[in-house]
Amino acid sequence: MNFIRFVKGSIQLFFRGTKTYYAWLLFLFVLIVWGAGGYAGQLRDGLITTNMRDSVSWAFYIGNFTFLVGVAAAAVMLVIPAYIYNWKPIKEIVIFGELLAVCAVIMSIAFIVVDIGNPMRFWHMLPILGTMNFPYSMLSWDFFFLLAYLIINFVVVSHLLYAIFYKKEYRKKMVLTIVFISIPMAVGIHTVTAFLYNALPARPFWNSALLAPRFLASAFCSGPAILLILFQILRKITNFEIKDEAIWRIAELMVYAMFIYLFFTIAELFKEFYSGTQHLLYWKYLLFGIGDNKELVPYSWLSIGMGFAAFILFLIPKTRKNFVTLNIGTVLIYSSVYVEKGIALIIPGFTPDVLGQIYVYTPSMTEIRTAVLIFSLGSLLFTFLVKVAIAIIFENYNIGSIRGKEESVRIQA
Amino acid sequence: MKKSNSRRSFLKNISLASASALALSGCSLKELEKFFQKNFRTLSEKEKKQLIEDLEAEYKEKYHKEFHLSDKPAIDGTLFGYALDISRCIGCRKCVYACVEENNQSREPQIHWIQVLQMEKEKGIDFVHSDVHYNPETVPEEGHFYLPVQCQQCRTPQCTTVCPVKATWQEPDGIVVVDYNWCIGCRYCMAACPYGARHFNWGKPEIPEEEINTEMHYLGNRPRMKGVVEKCTFCIQRVREGRYPACVEICPVGARKFGNLLDPNSEIRYILENKRVLVLKEELNTQPKFYYFFGV
Amino acid sequence: MKKIQRNRHFSRWIPALFMLALLGACSGSGPQSGQDDADSNLKEGSVAQYTGESTEIAVEPPPLTDGIFPCNDCHSDIVPNPQRRELVDFHDDISAIFNHDSENRWCLDCHDMNNRDSLRLASGKLLSFEESYKLCGQCHGEKLRDWKVGVHGKRIGEWNGKKEYLLCVHCHNPHSPKFESMTPEPPPVRQEDIKNYQPKNQENNEEK
Repeated sequence: MNFIRFVKGSIQLFFRGTKTYYAWLLFLFVLIVWGAGGYAGQLRDGLITTNMRDSVSWAFYIGNFTFLVGVAAAAVMLVIPAYIYNWKPIKEIVIFGELLAVCAVIMSIAFIVVDIGNPMRFWHMLPILGTMNFPYSMLSWDFFFLLAYLIINFVVVSHLLYAIFYKKEYRKKMVLTIVFISIPMAVGIHTVTAFLYNALPARPFWNSALLAPRFLASAFCSGPAILLILFQILRKITNFEIKDEAIWRIAELMVYAMFIYLFFTIAELFKEFYSGTQHLLYWKYLLFGIGDNKELVPYSWLSIGMGFAAFILFLIPKTRKNFVTLNIGTVLIYSSVYVEKGIALIIPGFTPDVLGQIYVYTPSMTEIRTAVLIFSLGSLLFTFLVKVAIAIIFENYNIGSIRGKEESVRIQA
Repeated sequence: MKKSNSRRSFLKNISLASASALALSGCSLKELEKFFQKNFRTLSEKEKKQLIEDLEAEYKEKYHKEFHLSDKPAIDGTLFGYALDISRCIGCRKCVYACVEENNQSREPQIHWIQVLQMEKEKGIDFVHSDVHYNPETVPEEGHFYLPVQCQQCRTPQCTTVCPVKATWQEPDGIVVVDYNWCIGCRYCMAACPYGARHFNWGKPEIPEEEINTEMHYLGNRPRMKGVVEKCTFCIQRVREGRYPACVEICPVGARKFGNLLDPNSEIRYILENKRVLVLKEELNTQPKFYYFFGV
Repeated sequence: MKKIQRNRHFSRWIPALFMLALLGACSGSGPQSGQDDADSNLKEGSVAQYTGESTEIAVEPPPLTDGIFPCNDCHSDIVPNPQRRELVDFHDDISAIFNHDSENRWCLDCHDMNNRDSLRLASGKLLSFEESYKLCGQCHGEKLRDWKVGVHGKRIGEWNGKKEYLLCVHCHNPHSPKFESMTPEPPPVRQEDIKNYQPKNQENNEEK
């Protein structure tokens, strides 16, 4: 009963806000409608509306899925520095980090759902009801891990907010335990996602032991980037107290992550290019193109360029501590990882295909619209959740405010 | 409140939302039954029989022909093997189209279970420089040889291991099959297959009514639906009746050989024991039961 | 029903197979009609008569041109001429294509001079046309061995039961045995061209 009130109270918040807020909602709504139109076409005609074909049988959707798993993982891992350096608003960081994780996981699962040919048969993947191929299939591991991660994070966030809403003490022990479980889980989901590709000897591009470490390193660049921006916004519009030092510290950690990512990638490239086996082909396609097929080359260099620029901006203390250049760097690194995961990870794994044939893939309009649908739905969800969290944490929105309103309604009646 | 609730659930699981929407919009009982149909391997004999009768009736209604749909299990003591004589193949692609006709592959969008690769003699087996779209006046072309590739029916298939729902598996006679009614269409198996042997129904498969093969096997050539994966089954509907696969019988140069690996007197065993044999991508330890050999 | 279809495919590629016979070549029977005849032979599946208990191997009937066999219908009235020469009045079509160690061999190295319904081994032993593989095997011993175990050549029927062997001459013209090149079936549609397709009945009809 109490929980229902809490939910009700939260939902009421969705419809309160400034003009900017409504404009943002309208913007998302337009995108959702536009995207849903594209997805409807795919539901009707099948995945033929995408540009995926037998040679490139996974592409943009799965790339987005991977990217979002990274975001979900990194959001929670940010708790570690907050804990170690004993930043004051650790509770808030946990809450916003986990909210982001929840949204990112939901979005990543949505990308899986739109990617499969028979979404109505999704239940076949469930244990007991269906025939889940556990523990053999990495996809069932991934699904299992993501679901568990989603539930864990959802429980923690809702419990924390619920406690504040009712002005109760939250169960510190339980929350701490779960948070400490969710941190290795965060590493786990991204590792399992990497293993999804890593496990395929048929695809030499992914069949490298460095794939999972590279995934984690790149996630540590992109995930905190979102939070970095979010924290600055929160600082402006609420009394969220996060010091400049904490933000710079996050940026510093991101530099380490970027450096490790760079190192891993160079190690990978060295091995591939120096040994020059047949496996080099996929890297060649990605970085230089094969023959006239240079479709991915601009994307890969764009990603590299943005990544390097961000690395430099974050590396130099002066630009790291200047909020203009810091934010430019944040956007750059986020975009760099997005292009890397969305385009440069999946497609070269399939190009050339296992029989050496080149099918040139670029996302179709349907794929872009469907991705926009999921991203805007995810943003909408994140907006709502953040709005609730802000109200409860910083604006003292609590059970009292609902009660008061309910009473006034009663009196009026 | 209602609105945002539904919006949430939509986000959480678009599929289930659309499923229930479809269910509510009054689709027939049959559709629902199909939706809840179990994995083929968990069906009882009685359920299988019923299912097959239903399917036969459904196909009859759709294609206006009598169908025979078999669910014949593997014959004891058989393990099927295949051998292809690289020195004979001339790249005429007769096998490709015989396979399409026999196995009811979609004509539009086109699905071919057999890919014939043209390679340069100078380079040997080299996928990167191979070509599936060769189209000269006549074959064989000077300086080239041909390598038809289809499912290699691996002893340790990676495609079945990765399937998240156990919709594909290896039968006791070594044939890797797909339950089209159970496949969710995630295409993980396609990513895992090192031979490009698995094909996806990207759109609704179309087979002309007059060309459909009415002799069918549940795990083989029955018509597929949109959004599922399919692959070569060594013509399971034929070989379990003792017949040769269609590609073996059509091959104008007799390059294709088929038989029981467990029978020491079979032609396939003779080839393995007496000819120079190779398998593709040996280093991946897939252990194909599809061998390439040099007859001369 | 199915089998007929297969055989029809089969017939398409058999290159000028049916020049085998020695006699009575009706001027109208070019390779085209020869193919049809072979079809009708195959359709009837008249294998039994060639499957004597003594003959080890069940073979498809040899692809003789209809009306040309028995050869003796004509040849019994002709006095055999053992002189090696270029044939001009008759069987000139065979002479024209003859390319089977033609420097050293001619008709009577394989066909028996006195009984034209038979082939003749070097040993002098006569063979029926359905045993022609033995004649081929005289020179191509390795191929014969591979053929017998099913490695060379082609069999149809059952992998674990009754099979029918195709004779050497089903695929190789005995007078010009080099396998002829053929037109390939169309290449697969490029994946770039596989597009969302709205089924139209008209198109289906056109395809047929």
